[in-house]
Amino acid sequence: MSDVQNQNGELLLRTAQNMIVENDDIADTLVLRRPPARAEVMAEICRQLEPFQADDGRTITGATVISKDLSIDSLAVMDMVMDLEDQFDVSIPMNVVAEIQTVDELADTILALSARR
Amino acid sequence: MGLFDRHAGLLDAYRDVRTTGADPFQIRMERVLSPTEAIINGKKTLLVGTNNYFGLTFDPSCMEAAIEAIRAEGTGTTGSRIANGSYSEHVALEQEIAEFYGKKHCMVFTTGYQANLGIIATLVGPDDFLLIDADSHASIYDACKQTQAEVVRFKHNDPASLEARLRRIGDKPGNKLVVLEGIYSMLGDSAPLKEFVAVCKKHGAYVLVDEAHSMGALGEHGRGLSEAVGVLDDCHFIVGTFSKTLGAIGGYCVSDDPDFDILRVTTRSYMFTASLPPSIVASVRQALREVKARPELRKQLWDNVATLYDGLAAQGFKLGPEHGPVVGVHLPDRMTAIGFWRAMLDAGIYVNVAVPPATPNGVSLLRCSLCAVHTREQLEHMIEVMTGIGRQMGVLTPKLRVVGGNR
Repeated sequence: MSDVQNQNGELLLRTAQNMIVENDDIADTLVLRRPPARAEVMAEICRQLEPFQADDGRTITGATVISKDLSIDSLAVMDMVMDLEDQFDVSIPMNVVAEIQTVDELADTILALSARR
Repeated sequence: MGLFDRHAGLLDAYRDVRTTGADPFQIRMERVLSPTEAIINGKKTLLVGTNNYFGLTFDPSCMEAAIEAIRAEGTGTTGSRIANGSYSEHVALEQEIAEFYGKKHCMVFTTGYQANLGIIATLVGPDDFLLIDADSHASIYDACKQTQAEVVRFKHNDPASLEARLRRIGDKPGNKLVVLEGIYSMLGDSAPLKEFVAVCKKHGAYVLVDEAHSMGALGEHGRGLSEAVGVLDDCHFIVGTFSKTLGAIGGYCVSDDPDFDILRVTTRSYMFTASLPPSIVASVRQALREVKARPELRKQLWDNVATLYDGLAAQGFKLGPEHGPVVGVHLPDRMTAIGFWRAMLDAGIYVNVAVPPATPNGVSLLRCSLCAVHTREQLEHMIEVMTGIGRQMGVLTPKLRVVGGNR
């Protein structure tokens, strides 16, 4: 088995699972990635939150409180979480999302779920 | 901090809405004249926003059945089925709905909201998984708050997004329940149900379909999307409502599961609320007979859908993705939507206005729902009025001239 790179240059780890040949047209390819680095997760969260940045020019940091410091409603937060889920191949239950306050907590949740995968 | 301080943001938004001079959330129908007309602000108004898909609210046979039931059994049951017992008519209604779907069991609820809330929250518990479409109705979201199951959302109408989430659950123990809707209430789009069911089968997930807006409208017999795409047997639970096509109020769930009836003593929204009054049960039973006996109502409804949808699309309005008994008209922002809504009301046409946070993806919409008994003249008049307002408000400028829908 050898490691392969995807089109973004990320290193994908080939596992036994993605050798399974699915013969129906709805199967999604099973490619398990190595758990992402924290910096990668933070960068992606910040990129997603950028459009909701407050007018006062404060940059988004780990301590940013998502629902208070940004102009984003709870529905938009849940939609962003769906994108992050697919990007990092984890599912974050809705009750867990409800508890998350800061960017740091969101990143930690994603990292913890990836490590458990 | 006062009790109402947390609503400050909403109060501000609401104040914005009221500056238009009318409050879309407190419309008073001074007198309802028919399924398609009412007096509002002293003026005869065309109703195109009441989910009255078959126009059965004024059906003489349904009205007579209700009146007769009141004379025979009184105005109300004054208690729940568990405490006060069931009337024979409750049981008969349940049998008739079960038969309509060809399912073994049916439970009737006092509202459609309570049906979703109670059934979904009770079917899954600790260590189970509940997967819901991102654009689900509020009753489904509220059920999520009442269950201890792990709740995950998937992208609207996206079977691949559901599959990714089912795959991540993998072989963890626990039941998986997937909740879908036949037709979504804001944009009138229907679910790719066949594809969803295939994904659920592959991953061993139970399927619940809410046919609130599709019962009557879809399928050869009006059973809904599950009938129309031939997967009724693969749907473990079908939920529906009496308050749209059937013209009254109430909800139901049907299933073939042999242990289904245990839900009668575990589902709190069934146990702890008064049961449907005799008049409603009687009018719904008659309405169901009408749905079975008059398939032409379904054809009339879809003819009207085509008239309104195609007419608005031809004028350049941006609409929901496909023909549906609900036609959602996209407008650029909240204030435009409310201004447009107000102008339509002044012109004697009532539709719903739907603005964030009640809408998916923060869109602002005029939500029109069609009725089998709307006349072509009524709808052509409406298209004319909307086109006029659209031009006045600059909504139909060339830049926004997007023809709605790839059907």
